[in-house]
Amino acid sequence: METLTNPTVNPELVSEEKWELRLYVAGKTTKSVAALNNLNKLCEEYLKGKYIIEVIDLLQHPQLAEGDQIFAIPTLVKKVPEPIRKIIGDLSNEEKVLVGLNIRPAK
Amino acid sequence: MVEVNKLLPKTPTGIVGLDEITEGGIPTARPTLICGAAGSGKTLFSIEFIVKGALEFNEPGVFMAFEEKAEELSLNVASLGFDLEALQRNNLIKVDHVHIERSEIEETGEYDLDGLFIRLGYAIDSIGAKRVVLDTIENLFSGLSNQSILRAELRRLFQWLKEKRVTAIITGEKGDGFLTRQGLEEYVSDCVILLDHRVSRQISTRLLRIIKYRGSVHGTNEYPFLIDADGISVLPITSLKLEHSVSSERVSSGIPSLDKMLEGQGFFKGSSILVSGTAGTGKTSIAAYFANETCKNKKKCVYFAFEESPQQIIRNMRSIGIDLQEHIDNGFLEFHASRPTLNGLEMHLVAIHKIVKRFKPEAIILDPITNLITVGAVSEVKAMLIRLIDFLQAEQITVMFTALTLTTVINEQTDEGVSSLVDAWLLVRDIEFNGERNRGLYIMKSRGMRHSNQVREFVISNEGLKLVDVYLGPEGVLTGSAREAQQLMEETGVVLRTHAVTRKDREIERKRMVLQAKIESLKEEFESVTEELNKSYVEEELRKEVMEKNREQIIKSRHNGNINKSDS
Repeated sequence: METLTNPTVNPELVSEEKWELRLYVAGKTTKSVAALNNLNKLCEEYLKGKYIIEVIDLLQHPQLAEGDQIFAIPTLVKKVPEPIRKIIGDLSNEEKVLVGLNIRPAK
Repeated sequence: MVEVNKLLPKTPTGIVGLDEITEGGIPTARPTLICGAAGSGKTLFSIEFIVKGALEFNEPGVFMAFEEKAEELSLNVASLGFDLEALQRNNLIKVDHVHIERSEIEETGEYDLDGLFIRLGYAIDSIGAKRVVLDTIENLFSGLSNQSILRAELRRLFQWLKEKRVTAIITGEKGDGFLTRQGLEEYVSDCVILLDHRVSRQISTRLLRIIKYRGSVHGTNEYPFLIDADGISVLPITSLKLEHSVSSERVSSGIPSLDKMLEGQGFFKGSSILVSGTAGTGKTSIAAYFANETCKNKKKCVYFAFEESPQQIIRNMRSIGIDLQEHIDNGFLEFHASRPTLNGLEMHLVAIHKIVKRFKPEAIILDPITNLITVGAVSEVKAMLIRLIDFLQAEQITVMFTALTLTTVINEQTDEGVSSLVDAWLLVRDIEFNGERNRGLYIMKSRGMRHSNQVREFVISNEGLKLVDVYLGPEGVLTGSAREAQQLMEETGVVLRTHAVTRKDREIERKRMVLQAKIESLKEEFESVTEELNKSYVEEELRKEVMEKNREQIIKSRHNGNINKSDS
């Protein structure tokens, strides 16, 4: 599966940009943990060395929710590269996450 | 009401009228659903709830906007005189705009709305909010596709709001066959308020109805409400009870001769007076006189003009000797002129309500109510006027309506059907006679007092209004020049009669003088006769005396002669 999806990745895009990712969670819920695990796995696979993941626990920093317009948990926010995208849910659908992160163009 | 409050604590919304309908407000610490079509006033309704809470009830509030941005919202409510930004700076209000951009969002797998909970919780805790508005939470449905998650989360949200002990308003857009598009009414079961916006005869009316209010008594009717410069006013209209207190105080009509027809004292304070008549019979003049009199007595009066502009009325009334401008300047008189078509009937009622509540007048004038017919059917106008009279009577405000009678034939039931409602009814009617039209004024009824049953001629002149007794001639009532002729004739009669009387007096005087003279002459005559008599009597005496003397002399001399003769 993984090797099959590789050819569709835009090599230029991947090579030049740095992904700044923020994952908003609320405590250590199963959904949050799953999301973080899924994210780590994807990043390692497709963006190795070109990403930063910042995990924000809203239970500790509730004031940060407003700034990034967070309403669902977990939410992954990709600020850079543009455009800003939000991916909500436990990131279990790899296809959708890749599209959301502009790693793969939407079909 | 007190007992109700014991059962269910209520939070006053601060929206004029709504707290009366709900007998105290919306349920405290529970969510209330406000639904309605687009543009029905949901957002304004909820923002007013928040602002009034912060300003009047010392209850900070969180406004979570799913539609409008905070800046847009501030701008929109600035026209109502609410300074949202200042309130936010003072930590009385927190506005949080939840922006959901469908195109930015991807959904993968399981999620929940904890982010929203945390955000809301943080906002509530940061200012100690007691009130929360979620406007319009259904926007979540257009932003997110997983309906089953959303529904479960909404259910949890409302439960969570209850646990947070905040009084919440949730707004929802009206859907097909449902109160809200997403069936929010399922989740919010305590209190549901429906806002409606209806157009009939090109006139729009906003209406509010409480669909459900668990555990509380509430009005079930549709109540019209108004959005204007001061926000929302709901009109609790139908007071079905007839228990207003009444006053036996009297107020002058401003026309002394009219007061005279009403036991010499005028109308009852707090009563309703209808002045009806055909076009140009001076209804407005009567109304203006009443306004003038009220203001002259340092009482406040509001004049609702539906036909003429205030300037026009002021100018026209100057020509009959009253200056209304002066009262306006002194703050005793207010004019409110609007075309009837400006609002629906109910809106007019709400507007009148508001003005009365603010200005607190002792008398109001509606001139003329006939024009309201252009906005609603007769029965609707009547219903509106009933409610208006109810309200004014409760407030002890005297009201004068003018109404145009469309036919010259006296129409006894007429006049928007209010004649049975009003306490006093003056009818001004054209009397056509002798080639001219004159005005006749009748008091058709005046409850609770003896009033004149006579027709008076109603004269409008430079000096003002006057009621003149009409003359009854062989051909009926005489008015205008016929009356003047009759008056003249009577005056002539009086002069003639006076003349006759003085002539007779003089005659008698003369006769008296003649007799007096006669008496005098007789007296003289008598005196002369007496004198005559006296004279002859004295003469007789004298003669007698003289004769006596002479006789004695003769006798004496006779004696002497004898002696002498003998000696010789």
